[in-house]
Amino acid sequence: MDALQFTQQLINGLTLGSLYGLIAIGYTMVYGILRLINFAHGDIMMVGCYIAFYGIAIFTLPWWASFILAIVLTALLGILIDLGAYRPVRHAPRISALITAIGVSFLLENLGLVLFGGRPKAFAVPEILSSIREVSGLRIPDLHLVTIAVAILLLAVLYLILYRTNAGRAMRCIALDIETTKLMGVDVNRIIALTFAVGSAAAAAGGILWAMKYPQINPLMGIMPGLKGFIAAVLGGIGNVTGAMLGGLLLGVLEIITVAIRPDLAGYRDAMAFAVLIVILLFWPTGLLGKRNA
Amino acid sequence: MKTERMMKQGFSLVALCLMTSALYLLSRYGSGYHVLIATNCAIFIALAVSYNLVNGIVGQFSLGPNAFLALGAYTSALLSLSPLDKEMSFIIDPVIWPLSIIQLPFLPSLLSGGVVAALFALLIGIPVFRVRGDYLAIVTLGFGEVVRVFANNAQSLTNGPLGLKGIAQATTLWWAWGFAMLTVFLIARLARSSYGMAMKAVCFDEDAAESIGINAFRHKLLAFVISAFFTGIGGGLLAHLITTISPSLFSFFLTFNLLIIIVLGGLGSTTGACLAAFLVTVGGEALRMVEEPFTIGSHVIPGIPGMRMVIFSLLLIVLMVFARRGLMGTQEFSWNGLTARLKKTNKRSTRAADPRY
Repeated sequence: MDALQFTQQLINGLTLGSLYGLIAIGYTMVYGILRLINFAHGDIMMVGCYIAFYGIAIFTLPWWASFILAIVLTALLGILIDLGAYRPVRHAPRISALITAIGVSFLLENLGLVLFGGRPKAFAVPEILSSIREVSGLRIPDLHLVTIAVAILLLAVLYLILYRTNAGRAMRCIALDIETTKLMGVDVNRIIALTFAVGSAAAAAGGILWAMKYPQINPLMGIMPGLKGFIAAVLGGIGNVTGAMLGGLLLGVLEIITVAIRPDLAGYRDAMAFAVLIVILLFWPTGLLGKRNA
Repeated sequence: MKTERMMKQGFSLVALCLMTSALYLLSRYGSGYHVLIATNCAIFIALAVSYNLVNGIVGQFSLGPNAFLALGAYTSALLSLSPLDKEMSFIIDPVIWPLSIIQLPFLPSLLSGGVVAALFALLIGIPVFRVRGDYLAIVTLGFGEVVRVFANNAQSLTNGPLGLKGIAQATTLWWAWGFAMLTVFLIARLARSSYGMAMKAVCFDEDAAESIGINAFRHKLLAFVISAFFTGIGGGLLAHLITTISPSLFSFFLTFNLLIIIVLGGLGSTTGACLAAFLVTVGGEALRMVEEPFTIGSHVIPGIPGMRMVIFSLLLIVLMVFARRGLMGTQEFSWNGLTARLKKTNKRSTRAADPRY
């Protein structure tokens, strides 16, 4: 494999990695604040895809309006899930919250199957994003550039939120010590709802970009990206937003490059993420950018 | 005291005899459908009780059963199929040596299934339990996906998506219920042994347990491996019941089913797991009617396929929010408890703060 092919696959990998990173951000934010693995996160991404799909298909909105609507509605869904399912078990022990998360995940998947039907649907990719450009021998779809750009942009926005706003500071405080934050007069419920909203919005953005890259959506599409998003979050150090994006990029690049070098292992690409997880747990449990557990 | 103990043992023996005769009557006069449900029920009781060992008694949230079920099922099926059957099934890639010449009888193939599952549990348990945190859930979930991916791709080992067919239907009512009773007996004894006490201590407060000398890692690993062993055998029994297995059979839904069962029964209660397994297996069949159109009075309610799963997931969420203790909480069945209830003497036992609820 020569340098040109390698660069080509590298860009593919970075694109896929940005998608994983967008999903990982939601996982890592919720885990950082609530110490809860939100199993439903992948399915929230799926719902975002479907809202965008139906916005274009049934309500015939222009694509940008449909995308914005999908992101907003998915953020609301995240808040709703927190309110309905996670808040009642917030003071319950960990295993109860995890089981509830599994329940929500399963509920979303099966509601999707019942409401949307199990048959995969074709996602309409807007004209403006379907072109491929040639840059010094490389063929780069515009979509890939947009994906990477969106990921970087979202990371920057998140940084602004976390380090320049009061709400962001509250989020960081809750991640450190929720009880003391309550004592400081912070409305913890509101901040947690905001965290879910931001995480779900990121997932929806990732989902829409995913649906444009692999334009076939079905209600069970969120399971694998969700799993890999979590592995990416662990790889980067769970609780750390930069780590989530970094982990996502690494995972994406690793997956694509491995399949490029050994195409006969293509069927095992999903298993590779799991192997990465085991290796991380064996040698580097806190992840690349993680701090030791308090 | 001694007569009291003998009386209790007598009661248990009588209950066992009653159950055996009920099974005999069912096997003699029951229809094929009922026997199938009863066999299925028994396997699920065993699976639920062994899943409860990890999730309830030692308190580690694992999502492993579907992976170990798959491992046990495939191992026992591959070992018990005759070489001729294997040659006929593996039409794309011939099955690897030594499987192409091995054929074991039913029991050794079951046990091998259990051993293989236990080995893999050991392999993934060692890195996971060394690390504190909620990683077991994701690791076991991922492992389930990996097993499925391998089963789909390793054409010469598992026949890929085509799966294995023509497995002998060796799981009778007796094998299934015998296995269920053995599992319940062994795990109930384990829970009451010193190992079980240590596991419960680890569940309650790991640091405190470590400080009095309990090796938390070892006990968590022990529970995980034992649970995987029984789950593997259960998988073998399932394979020999439905006689055809493929990778898509061992989806996450199996784990989810078991999760609902042990939550409904009460995390940590072996009796609860048995009861709930029975209820859910039978109730799940009854709930199939939701997917068919049915009439109430003069209204026809159309059947919605897939509604069964939505109801199951809603049930789990409602259980977790409103009735976390499930049916039995952490209590087990005991003859004392039964007589106390019958005499209506309210023995208010002190409920210590339980970290599962």
